[in-house]
Amino acid sequence: MLEIKNLHVSIQGKEILKGLNLKIGFGEVHAIMGPNGTGKSTLANVITGRDLYDITEGEIIYKGKNLLAMPIEDRAREGIFLSFQYPVEIPGVSITNFMRASLDEIRQYKGLPPMAAGEFLKYFNEKKNLVEMTANLAKRSVNEGFSGGEKKKNEIFQMAMLNPDLAILDETDSGLDIDALRIVAQGVNKLKRADNSTIVITHYQRLLDYIVPDFVHVLYDGIIMKTGGKELALELEEKGYDWIKDQGKA
Amino acid sequence: MDKGEDQLLKDVTQNEYKYGFTSNIDTDFIAKGLNEDVVRLISAKKKEPEFLLEYRLKAFRKWKTMEFKEWAHLKIPKIDYQEIIYFAAPKNTKNLESLDEVDPELLATFDKLGISLQEQKILSGVAVDAVIDSVSVKTTFSETLSKFGIIFCSFSEAVQNHPDLIRKYLGSVVPIADNYFAALNSAVFSDGSFCYIPKGVRCPVELSTYFRINAANTGQFERTLIIADEGAYVSYLEGCTAPQRDENQLHAAIVEIVAHKDAEVKYSTVQNWYPGNKDGKGGIYNFVTKRGLCEGNNSKISWTQVETGSAITWKYPSCILKGDNSVGEFYSVAVTNNHQQADTGSKMIHLGKNTKSTIISKGISGGKSHNSYRGLVRINKNAINARNFSQCDSLLLGDRCGAHTYPYIETNNSTAIVEHEATTSKISDDQLFYCKQRGIAAEKAIGLIINGYAKEVLNKLPMEFAVEAQKLLAISLEGSVG
Repeated sequence: MLEIKNLHVSIQGKEILKGLNLKIGFGEVHAIMGPNGTGKSTLANVITGRDLYDITEGEIIYKGKNLLAMPIEDRAREGIFLSFQYPVEIPGVSITNFMRASLDEIRQYKGLPPMAAGEFLKYFNEKKNLVEMTANLAKRSVNEGFSGGEKKKNEIFQMAMLNPDLAILDETDSGLDIDALRIVAQGVNKLKRADNSTIVITHYQRLLDYIVPDFVHVLYDGIIMKTGGKELALELEEKGYDWIKDQGKA
Repeated sequence: MDKGEDQLLKDVTQNEYKYGFTSNIDTDFIAKGLNEDVVRLISAKKKEPEFLLEYRLKAFRKWKTMEFKEWAHLKIPKIDYQEIIYFAAPKNTKNLESLDEVDPELLATFDKLGISLQEQKILSGVAVDAVIDSVSVKTTFSETLSKFGIIFCSFSEAVQNHPDLIRKYLGSVVPIADNYFAALNSAVFSDGSFCYIPKGVRCPVELSTYFRINAANTGQFERTLIIADEGAYVSYLEGCTAPQRDENQLHAAIVEIVAHKDAEVKYSTVQNWYPGNKDGKGGIYNFVTKRGLCEGNNSKISWTQVETGSAITWKYPSCILKGDNSVGEFYSVAVTNNHQQADTGSKMIHLGKNTKSTIISKGISGGKSHNSYRGLVRINKNAINARNFSQCDSLLLGDRCGAHTYPYIETNNSTAIVEHEATTSKISDDQLFYCKQRGIAAEKAIGLIINGYAKEVLNKLPMEFAVEAQKLLAISLEGSVG
């Protein structure tokens, strides 16, 4: 699905990713953990194409294509979805209209006609139930005046609507109470197919109780410092990131 | 804006103005230039009664003594009033009994504009008065409306058939000497629309006037007069387009509305005069005086405007709230792109008790354009418990455009409550990235965000107009981000 080779990324002359390698197969769930400021969100942004960064070296191959040469919207249309850490407000644009525009653009890219209004509405309501989103919320403007939990639910709702091949969840657990966390995680699990992949970015083990990863990577100092199974997350929780740091030095 | 936006600006040139065609219609001109003889000639051509000629001459004499005062935030090139043709009319338009008699070229023009008079007449339930080069060419639906006692016709017809109403109301809201362009219009206006809704009648259809400038070097000076008698209601729509020409053309119109006791008038405009090309060449100079008088108690006048066209817009639809409990509203979206300039807003003059006014203004500027809101809220000393709420929002696209807000508040009664809110924002990179990450390309994303931003105002438009306006907003701003 995705292969990142020797990725070097800097912002305003400061190198953040320093030769990162990562390989994600079809149907796999990967967790990326690590302390604040080690480049987890940078990685998510570089994969999705945010142009705040200088990519000085390396490549990313997605479904056999050179991802770094693709415009942002084409990456999305090719099935890459980012659940934002801080979803932005778009005043006056209802979630319904927003999703309509999004689906239409993606369908057009794939050579499909726009969905008929009735069909769209049925599909919309089906997905809404998946994340227990209230009817009221769906009518409101995108993220405007939403609580932290509502914003994250809205992200997963959009993910359900767009049914991506590669979903990146950037700190989706931050700001969620335990009930919201469960709803969001269950939503993600229901969207799991045999051939789609998920990257879960988090610095707490908590979310991984619900979304069980196949691999856990520790991102530290701009590289993947350590990779293991789901038990690595528990070990980290217990020993803290200093343990990794010490290992890195060793 | 980040790298992507710079690129976008470079990539996209301005969208072609869709209405820039010229029609080959046989036109009756008079010689260019303005003097008393021209005023007399216009009046004679229209076979006007003596009182109207006097009105025009009085206005012309007044105008000659006036100077254009440049208080607006606009750079207005000097206009040579002797270079303008003050009367141009499609030939053979008199006494048309049916659409079959209308010049086919003219009908084709309206088809191109998306307003097929034939269809309008039969299907849509919208009565249309089409004004081309200052002369009303066809009013649809008049017969149906006359069953309700509603008069909806061209201004010239009203002069012939209802001179008493014209004499009573013409200039009663916008006096001759109101301002430079009002005086000019009062002297040379050639046609426009007239509408009278009798007591207690709710007009069953939307009334609509379509203005079109076609001939070159002509000014358009139309005059609209709407009277809603006691307890009457009418919703009125106005649309405007013009051909694409390199020289500037002058448009100086007057709209007067009178709402009697318990009457309500909604006036909606989608103004899409030719804005000039992307280098600022050509385009319409739009100097318009629009004012409504809430004459009776509990009357209401509501202005909604979507302004996307014109090289220069100078326009302040206003309400005089004379009746007790009367209500004035102004909802506006003004879009400027490239080198367009707009200075627009409203005046709410509170005279009666418990009068209420609302101003919602959304300015959107792109390219190198300048967009100003200018508004006056005046509470007179007898206006007990007057209320006003004003909200003026500006959205900037790129960093070479300007947004300006000039609110004036004069309060002479201590019971008044006047609120003013203002914001200025930009479409953020975060918003654009969010949209793109959902597969929505930048141009479409901007359209989506703009329409969301203007939604409060667009919602006030009648349905069929709202859809048109939404498309127009997105088109007007293509290539505006930089």
